[in-house]
Amino acid sequence: MSIFEYAPAPESRDVVDLKPSYGLFVGGEFVDGSGPSFKTVNPATEETLAEVATASSDDVDRAVQAARKAFDAWSGLPGGERAKYLFRIARIIQERARELAVLESLDNGKPIREARDVDVPLVAAHFFYYAGWADKLSYAGFGPDPRPLGVAGQVIPWNFPLLMLAWKIAPALACGNTVVLKPAETTPLTALLFAEICLQAELPPGVVNIVTGAGETGAAVVAHPDVAKVAFTGSTDVGRTIARTIAGSGKKLTLELGGKAANIVFEDAALDQAVEGIVNGIFFNQGHVCCAGSRLLVQESIQDELLTMLKRRLATLRLGDPLDKNTDIGAINSAEQLARIRRLSESGEAEGAERWSPACELPERGYWFPPTLFTGVAQSHRIAREEIFGPVLSVLTFRTPAEAVEKANNTPYGLSAGIWTEKGSRILWMADKLRAGVVWANTFNRFDPASPFGGYKESGYGREGGLRGLEAYLDV
Amino acid sequence: MSRLAVRKTYKLYIGGAFPRSESGRSYPVTSPKGDFLANASRASRKDARDAVSAARKAFPGWSGATAYNRGQILYRIAEMLEGRRAQFADELGLGKKAALESVDAAIDRLVWYAGWSDKIASVHGTANPVAGPYFNLSTPEPTGVVAVVAPAEPLLGLVSVVAPVIVTGNTCVVVAAERTPLPAITLAEVLATSDLPGGVVNILTGHQAELAPWLAAHMDVNALDLTGVTDPDLALRCEQEAAANLKRVVRPSGDDWAADPGTGRMTAFLETKTVWHPMGV
Amino acid sequence: MTTSLADVASSGATLRAFLHGLPGVDRVGADQRAAMLGSRSIKTTAKARAIDLAISMVDLTTLEGADTPGKVRALCAKALHPGEGAPRVAAVCVYPDLVPVAAQALAGSGVKVASVATAFPSGRSSLEVKVSETKLAVAAGADEIDMVIDRGAFLAGDHLKVYEEIQAVKAACGEAHLKVILETGELATYDNVRRASWLAMLAGGDFIKTSTGKVSPAATLPVTLIMLEAVRDFRDATGRQVGVKPAGGIRTTKDAIKNLVLVNETAGDDWLSPDWFRLGASSLLNDLLMQRQKLATGRYAGPDYFTLD
Repeated sequence: MSIFEYAPAPESRDVVDLKPSYGLFVGGEFVDGSGPSFKTVNPATEETLAEVATASSDDVDRAVQAARKAFDAWSGLPGGERAKYLFRIARIIQERARELAVLESLDNGKPIREARDVDVPLVAAHFFYYAGWADKLSYAGFGPDPRPLGVAGQVIPWNFPLLMLAWKIAPALACGNTVVLKPAETTPLTALLFAEICLQAELPPGVVNIVTGAGETGAAVVAHPDVAKVAFTGSTDVGRTIARTIAGSGKKLTLELGGKAANIVFEDAALDQAVEGIVNGIFFNQGHVCCAGSRLLVQESIQDELLTMLKRRLATLRLGDPLDKNTDIGAINSAEQLARIRRLSESGEAEGAERWSPACELPERGYWFPPTLFTGVAQSHRIAREEIFGPVLSVLTFRTPAEAVEKANNTPYGLSAGIWTEKGSRILWMADKLRAGVVWANTFNRFDPASPFGGYKESGYGREGGLRGLEAYLDV
Repeated sequence: MSRLAVRKTYKLYIGGAFPRSESGRSYPVTSPKGDFLANASRASRKDARDAVSAARKAFPGWSGATAYNRGQILYRIAEMLEGRRAQFADELGLGKKAALESVDAAIDRLVWYAGWSDKIASVHGTANPVAGPYFNLSTPEPTGVVAVVAPAEPLLGLVSVVAPVIVTGNTCVVVAAERTPLPAITLAEVLATSDLPGGVVNILTGHQAELAPWLAAHMDVNALDLTGVTDPDLALRCEQEAAANLKRVVRPSGDDWAADPGTGRMTAFLETKTVWHPMGV
Repeated sequence: MTTSLADVASSGATLRAFLHGLPGVDRVGADQRAAMLGSRSIKTTAKARAIDLAISMVDLTTLEGADTPGKVRALCAKALHPGEGAPRVAAVCVYPDLVPVAAQALAGSGVKVASVATAFPSGRSSLEVKVSETKLAVAAGADEIDMVIDRGAFLAGDHLKVYEEIQAVKAACGEAHLKVILETGELATYDNVRRASWLAMLAGGDFIKTSTGKVSPAATLPVTLIMLEAVRDFRDATGRQVGVKPAGGIRTTKDAIKNLVLVNETAGDDWLSPDWFRLGASSLLNDLLMQRQKLATGRYAGPDYFTLD
C-alpha cells in the first residue's frame, strides 16, 4: 500500500438516461429496424447496456431516401442558415457534454477523463469549426460556388464513436450534403444520443440519419446507388473492400484506415516529455487509435536509459473502472478485439521479442489488457508490422537519422509519425522525409478541427479536418 | 542519286535509357490512312515492372529537389520541345497548321505547369490555427509513383497528363497512346536532353489492355491515372485492382485538352502532410 | 557515476558542459503533464489523508518587512496548534533576525525553525555577508536555512560562482539543513530550472526550493514537476536524496493536493513526507484546516472559525 492511495472517484452515471432499447433514426424520427436487434455491452463489466436495432438493406434504403428527400432543401439553404444549425448542435453538445462523456465511456470502455477532456470537447469544436465554413465555401479555393455531392454514406469505427461522427457529419452538413451514418456495432449509443441532439436543434428531418447494425448494414450504406459520397474510417482490410466495391461507380470516396506509426526518439530529446509522448502515443484510448505510436524507434545510445524511464512511468498508469476520474487505462472495447491483441502479443513472444508489463491487477469481469511493451523487436516481427490496435508498444532501435527514416517508412501504412529531438533542423529534415500524413514533432496524438488528418499509402486517402476536409464533401 | 534515310528505331524509355522491350516484341504503327510508319516496342509486364522500379528509384531525388529546380527543368522541356516544333508537327500527322497549333499548345502547357512548381504549396497548403500552443502547417507532398495511361491525343494530351504529375515531385510510368505512340517516344528524347533525371518519366509503348492492369495491381505504385482508358470494363478492372494497395485513382472523364486545366490534376496526386510542433521557451 | 559527478565542478567549463548536457525540457509537454496530474480527483479518504499530510509539510512562513516578534510568536503558536486533531506543521520560516523568537517559541516541539538567508530575496550581496548571515541564523537556532542563489550569475553563465556560493553557505550551515531557492520565476525557462536544480544538488543542497514568494510566477505545477524529476534522477545517479519545496502561490487545499499528486506520480513514496517535501506558504494552512473540518463535519466551513495569525 502506497502512502497516498487515491480513493475511488467514480463519475456518476445518473446523468445518462439509458433506454432498454433503441431504434434507427430515419427522416427525423426514431423507427424500428427490421433486422434482429443486438446487444451493446459495457466492455468494462460485460453488462448489457441496451438492445439496438439492426438496419436491414430496406431500412438503409429508407434512410437514404430520407436523406435524398432532404437534400434539395438542405443544400438550397443559404450557407449562413446551415451554419446556424451546426452552431446550435455544437452548443447543445457543450451543454450535454457530461452526459455524452459518460455514455461514451460506458459504451466504449474509454476512461472518463479522456471522454471528458478530449473526445467531447473536440466533438463540439469540430461542429463549431465547420459551422463557420458553411457560408464561406466560396472562399475556400474551390471556385465561386462549390456544390455539395448529395447523400453521404458514412461508416465509422468504435474507437472514438462520437468524435468520428463529428468528423464525418460536420463537414458533410456544412457543405450542404445530407448523411446516412452507421456507427460501429459495439458503440452505437452516443450516435443515437446525437440523433436526439439533432431533434433538439430542430435540424430538418432527413438531413442526418443514423442506421445501426454490423458490417452488412455498413455494406448496404456503402453500396447504395443513391449514395454519392462514401466516407469510411476503420481497418485497411475493410477500406480495401469498400474501394473495390465502389470502383467504377463514380462515388467520391475518403478512407481513414490503419496505421503503424513510428515514434522516433533521438538521444538529444527532452526525455521526460518524450516518455509522456510515448505513453500518450500508445496508451491513449487503450491504444485503440489508428495513428497510435505503436512502434517506438529509439536511438540505440539511449535505449537503456529511456526504457528504464518508460517502465517506471508505466508502473504509474492506473488501469480500471473507466468511469473513475483517475483511470488512465480503460477497458478493451470488445472480446473480439481483446482476442486480437492477445493473439498478436503471443506472436511477439513466439517470434522472440521480450514482453514486459508493469504489475497491474486486471478486473475480473470485462475485457482488459495490461499496458505492455516488447523489447528486442525486429522489423520482421508481426508486432512491428501489423496494427495491434491495443496497449502494446514495440520497441526497436536505430543508429542514424537516415536509418530511423528508413525504418519508419518501411511499412505499407503512412498515417502518422513522431519525432523527438531538441534539434530544430533535424526535426524539419525528418518531417520532410517521413511518409506520413501527420507528423508530430515533440508531441503526439494532438487533434484539432483546423488541422487536416489522414494518411499516405494504405492508411487511406482524403483528409478530415481543416480546409482540406471540405474537399471530401464538395463536387470539386 | 538520292540518299537513303536513316530511320529511327522507336524504343521504350525507362530509367533514362532507351531499351527495347525485354520481350523482343514490337508492333507496327500506321498513319490514320493505314500507311506503315514505324515499328514500336510492345512493352511487356516485365518492362512495366522495370519502369516502376526506375520510377521508385528516381522518386527520392526528384521529390527532394527544390520546387524551383523542378520548375526550371519543366521549363527546359518546353524549350527543347520548342526547338523541335517541326519534327513533332510532322510526327503528329495532322494538317500542318493544326499540328503546329497542337505542338504549341503542348509547349505552352509545359510552361504553365513549370510555373506551378513553387506555387502549388502556397495555394494548396494551409496554416492551421489550432487551439493550443502549436505551430501547425499542412503542405502538399507528392504521393509517389504514378501510373498514367495517356490519352489518345498523342502530344498535348500526353503532356497534359504527365506535367501535372511530375511538377509536384511525383515520378511516373506512362503507357503511351496505343495507336499513336511515336510522339511519346520522341518526347522521351526531349526529356532525356532536358536535365530531367532518369526514371522521373518512364514511357512504355504497347497494348494498353495488356499493361494497364499490371500497373493498376502493382503494389509499389501509389496512384493511377486512367485518363487514356476508354474501355469501361478495362477501367473498372484497373480500379478494382488499384484497391489492393489503395491507390489514388483518377477516373477517365471527357477531358478538353484545350481548356484551362485547373489544379485538379496536380492535387489528385498530392498528399497533405501536417506537421505539429509545440511553441514554448 | 558518482565519481564523474564529483568532477563536473572542477571548472566553469566542465560544469557548464554538464548542465547543458542534461536533457532539455519541452515547455508545452511539461505544462501538459502537470495539468493532467492536476486534474486527478482526490476524494474522501484520500483527501483526508492528503490534507493531513499537506499540513505536516507546511513551512509556515512570514517574510514581511513589517514582521515583529509578536507576529512571529503568533505564527509559532499556530504552527504548534493548527487545529483540533490536526498535525503540526513542519517548520516556521522567518527572517534571520527573528530566528531567536521562533526558536524560543518552538523549542522542544519538533517544529523546525527555518530562516531565509543570503540577502534574501534578491541575493545581491557579497559572499562574506551571505556566509556570515547564514552563520548568525544557525547560531540563533535555525534548523534550516533557505538560501537564494545568485540568479544574475546563473543567467550570465557563471555557474561555477553559483556552485561555489552554495558550497560556502552549506559549509556555514553546519548541522542545519540547506534549502536552495532557485527563484524559478527569474530563471524564465524550464531548461534553466532543471540546470539550476542539478547545480544546487551537486553543490550540496539538502532541498531545492522554487521561489522566494516575492517574484511571480512562483511555485507553478510544471516547475515543481521538473524539480521532482531532478531529485528523482539525482538520486538514481548519486544515491543521495534531496528534498523539494514549492513555495509561493500555493493558497488552497486544491493547490496543495495537486502538489502531492505530483510527488506521488513523479518521485514516489520516498518523497511523501515532511523530511523530503515541504510547502512554503502562509494562507494555505487555514484553507487546509477549513477543508479538514468540512470532511469531518460534512458542512462547509467559514473563515471566522479559523484564526488569522
